[in-house]
Amino acid sequence: MATRNVAMREAIRRALREEMQRDEAVFVMGEEVAHWQGTHRVTRGFLEEFGERRVRDTPISEMAIGGLAVGAAMAGLRPVAEFMTINFAFLALDAIANHAAKVRYFFDGMFKVPLVYRAASGWGNQATASHSHAPEPIFAHFPGIYVGCPANALDAYGMLKAAIRDDNPVLFTESIALYPKPSPMPDDLGEDYLLPIGKGDIKREGGDVTLVAYARGVDWALQAARLLARDGVEAEVVDLRWLRPLDMALVYQSFKKTNRCVIVEESLPMYSFGSEIAALLQEHMFDYMDAPIKRVAAEDVPLPYSKEIELLALPNAQKVAAAVKEIV
Amino acid sequence: MAEPTKDMLLEWYRQMVLIREFEETCHQLYEEKRITGVYLHLYSGHEASGVGSMAALRKSDHVITAYRDHGIALILGMDANAVMAEMMGKETGSSGGKGGSMHLASRQHNFWGGYAIVGGHLPLAAGIALEARYRGKDDVTMTYVGDGATNNGYFHEALNMSAIWDLPVIWIIENNGYGMGTEVARASGQTELHRKAEAYGIRSFGRVDAQNALEVYAVACQAVDYARRHGPAVIEHITYRYRGHGVSDKQYDARADMSAELKEWRASREPITILRDSIESRHGAEAVAEILARHEADARRIVAESVAFAEASALPNSYQALMRNTYVASDLVHKTAQSVGAGIE
Repeated sequence: MATRNVAMREAIRRALREEMQRDEAVFVMGEEVAHWQGTHRVTRGFLEEFGERRVRDTPISEMAIGGLAVGAAMAGLRPVAEFMTINFAFLALDAIANHAAKVRYFFDGMFKVPLVYRAASGWGNQATASHSHAPEPIFAHFPGIYVGCPANALDAYGMLKAAIRDDNPVLFTESIALYPKPSPMPDDLGEDYLLPIGKGDIKREGGDVTLVAYARGVDWALQAARLLARDGVEAEVVDLRWLRPLDMALVYQSFKKTNRCVIVEESLPMYSFGSEIAALLQEHMFDYMDAPIKRVAAEDVPLPYSKEIELLALPNAQKVAAAVKEIV
Repeated sequence: MAEPTKDMLLEWYRQMVLIREFEETCHQLYEEKRITGVYLHLYSGHEASGVGSMAALRKSDHVITAYRDHGIALILGMDANAVMAEMMGKETGSSGGKGGSMHLASRQHNFWGGYAIVGGHLPLAAGIALEARYRGKDDVTMTYVGDGATNNGYFHEALNMSAIWDLPVIWIIENNGYGMGTEVARASGQTELHRKAEAYGIRSFGRVDAQNALEVYAVACQAVDYARRHGPAVIEHITYRYRGHGVSDKQYDARADMSAELKEWRASREPITILRDSIESRHGAEAVAEILARHEADARRIVAESVAFAEASALPNSYQALMRNTYVASDLVHKTAQSVGAGIE
């Protein structure tokens, strides 16, 4: 089968387009998704192909976007609602956490909420503090919704297709830094290439230390693994892909082999992805633990504008490798 | 103007006395701690608002409201037993004891529920209406919203989107004078609340005396017809709450002006009395006396039976009951014993 390098944004676009072709109940809505062709070009060409009924520009109304998707999904449509960036999804937190995630529960199963919120996420490129968040753990805090965060094109494709077809609400975040990044993807996957929701993936095998990451953190972990290999340290990279459900079985399996772990994330360090994974590891894998669990996250500070101090705040491969060196 | 038939008026009377009996019984049960929980917002005083407006709907139309939802549920025909059991958190409750007073719903009645975050249900209403537009159906979504909610962002964003997308929603602002404890004039720069919707290009049907079910019905028919053919409409119902914001509201005991105001509304603008007077003047007091008395007796019986049913029902008490319906069980979800957050069907 022919394989070529595809940018993650193109893989996401392909998944979304195929699911819209497959199911007439699927529609997209969001700021600038139609006439502008999508701020991140994910919905480029959709208006021409599917028309205004199914490709709906919204006003700048995140609370309404978040809640309208819930009502439409309850009534039988399958909305894919885009938040231009996840920073704006904070305005919709009530719709997401109190309505999308809870409607099924507080009516004890009377309704399904088959929606997908897509949101571009991450920091960098001097976007400044209020536009520089990777807050996936905040949304993953709430039971009732799934949170998916792909690290490459093929994963994004298979994860998004599963998210759209599943009957549960899903927040699907797309790392802005990874949008243009090419990665290998077969030309012909059939229309049913679905990656299971909540299934992680070993992105690199190694016996000396487990690096647990998601989305852009996977990139830094893989780069760090290459640096460490030069010094004879073999890191295993576990990409969890989903923050909820969380594939801890995969992390435990790797940890039982390496007995050491560094957790890598783009987000802030307090009450974080790293905190959660570390807590679960000490609770369930105490007997296998040969060293303290280390965490590499952003510095605990709002992100500044100026380039050099911005980079100081971010994680990178060197910081990951240095953390590994402290425990191997 | 739509003229209600004698049967319709009698049916409204049946609904209104049932709601009043149900709500006053809930109040009593709360005082006796037989209904527990923090929140209980009663529809006493509001009856004509819901009864008159929902009479303008057909079966395939949709209804959604906020947390003052018991009356709406009963008008739609939800079983009083299941509603009372939900008040008591019983497993026979309409939401299995998961939702309580503020979260009644019934899929079979196109009742999309009561919601507890002020304004939170307004975009949901727009989404439900979008489904009808999307699929080319002419069903409308009747949406009840309190005066207080007209001040938060949900109201403005949802109404604006309903206007630009021509969504078939009837926004009914139930203006009972207070958002929790704050008078409308202290909370809203525009005190004619329907004008806020007009600002977004929504067709307003103005203010209605919502203690009079016939007036409510007449305007609702026009608004429903408009929404079905064109797009969103707004009506402002002027009404009053007899049992305060919720059962924890002690203002009426503490403030002489408010207790006098309540007394005045009860004395001169009682919705059940107004409807009864209309029925008697149109159809003769003697001719309807028996059936009205029967509706009153039925209301007492139905509510008493609902209390007995609810009290005899079991509380959900298993771990399975706690966890179920967090998610839809799905083959698309990875199954491992140690997955966190996968939930239980």
